Amino acid sequence: MGLELYLDLLSQPCRAIYIFTKKNGITFQQHTVELLKGQHLSDAFAQVNSLKKVPAMKDGDFILTESVAILLYLAHKYKVSDNWYPQDLQARARVDEYLAWQHTTLRRNCLRALWHKVMLPVFLREQVAPEILAATLAELDMTLQLLEDKFLQNKAFLAGNCISLADLVAITELMHPVGAGCQVFEGHPKLAAWSQRVKAAVGEELFREAHEVILNVKNCSPADLTLKQKMMPGVLAMIR
Amino acid sequence: MVLELYLDLLSQPCRAVYIFAKKNGIPFQLRTVELLKGQHYTDSFAQVNPLKKVPALKDGDFILAESVAILLYLSRKYKAPDHWYPQDLQARARVDEYLSWQHTSLRSCCTRAMWQKMMFPVFLGHTVPPETLTSTLAELDRCLQLLEDKFLRDQPFLTGPHISVADLVAITELMHPVSAGCRVFESRPKLAAWRQRVEAAVGEDLFQEAHAVVLKAKDMPPLDPTLKETFKHSLKSLLQ
Repeated sequence: MGLELYLDLLSQPCRAIYIFTKKNGITFQQHTVELLKGQHLSDAFAQVNSLKKVPAMKDGDFILTESVAILLYLAHKYKVSDNWYPQDLQARARVDEYLAWQHTTLRRNCLRALWHKVMLPVFLREQVAPEILAATLAELDMTLQLLEDKFLQNKAFLAGNCISLADLVAITELMHPVGAGCQVFEGHPKLAAWSQRVKAAVGEELFREAHEVILNVKNCSPADLTLKQKMMPGVLAMIR
Repeated sequence: MVLELYLDLLSQPCRAVYIFAKKNGIPFQLRTVELLKGQHYTDSFAQVNPLKKVPALKDGDFILAESVAILLYLSRKYKAPDHWYPQDLQARARVDEYLSWQHTSLRSCCTRAMWQKMMFPVFLGHTVPPETLTSTLAELDRCLQLLEDKFLRDQPFLTGPHISVADLVAITELMHPVSAGCRVFESRPKLAAWRQRVEAAVGEDLFQEAHAVVLKAKDMPPLDPTLKETFKHSLKSLLQ
């Protein structure tokens, strides 16, 4: 049995993995786990990932969760080109630094922006107080500034001259508030230029393919009451 | 120029880096940054880490933040024994999986549990609402269960037969609520046995040394009132 990836392209970390595997010609069987249908909460999926989250990877009997771990596993196993996770000690450390930092900062703020602006009101029909949305967007903006000032600085890509795992993880996060209608690159021209470079390095078509779902998310149908009740605790924990 | 590590042993990630460096005989100059005196907010420290956090590493001109990145950098540069961060693809993936998962789970609830139970009352003279503390401790409990069920299982260490950086990162986190008087190990014999193994592998003396500061935290004097404003923003997230 070959490599299997359990993904929903609604999810940012899933998009990073999807782009990485496609870009590097890594063949896999895709199992779509539709988050907005609550499929991640099913008993069947719990057999794959007891944490009930995507992405998840199954390589024969070996099951792996956590997108950063999956990306590193794939990079090592399929011996991808050096730029993705450089051998050079300091260049690699820069990638590791970004991949560690982003969990509680960009990832968190991008998730909250999407859910506060679109998903809670449209999908779960829950009003979000304007002050909360404003605070979330302000925090996102501060994180974007940090991304520019501390990570990107005057480099072409986050960890140096070439695209790396850090750029994939970052760009897919930023597409979350973009999908919610946030003007993420306004006021951040450096980030705008960087995002063009990343898209070009990935390939426009692959980038578009990976982001079709999120860019259409504003049109999602509201959840029925049963699904809403099932999903609510997980959603609240996720965006806390 | 010798390696410099900017640490405060009050901080869990600093303890992990400290133990790793000492255990592996890595020579470094310790630069203590006293968090409770707000030294991480000084302009001089911002020159080292603009993110204003510890730990931070300075190796000549190379500056690195994020404890996970620092641990991996040190293990590679100083060629630490393989078990700390194994070459084997799947063994390494298990360590990466833990290091990724912990940011938004164990780390988050250990920090909040310690602050809400002890630091707010003792250091800031502020009692946290009982419902908040109860909810945080319940969350900690769920995380500990996950740690046992998903990671430790029936293995001697979190990711297999030998101690790795995952165990260091986890044990130093758990000592945070322990220092606040939370009975983390008492009703969890599996975790207690794992703790003994980790302490033995690290060495009792080094383990004590790394935890001397945090285990005395409950006896510290209250915050200097002139520093209250400095701390206000960062404390908000600890009250969730």
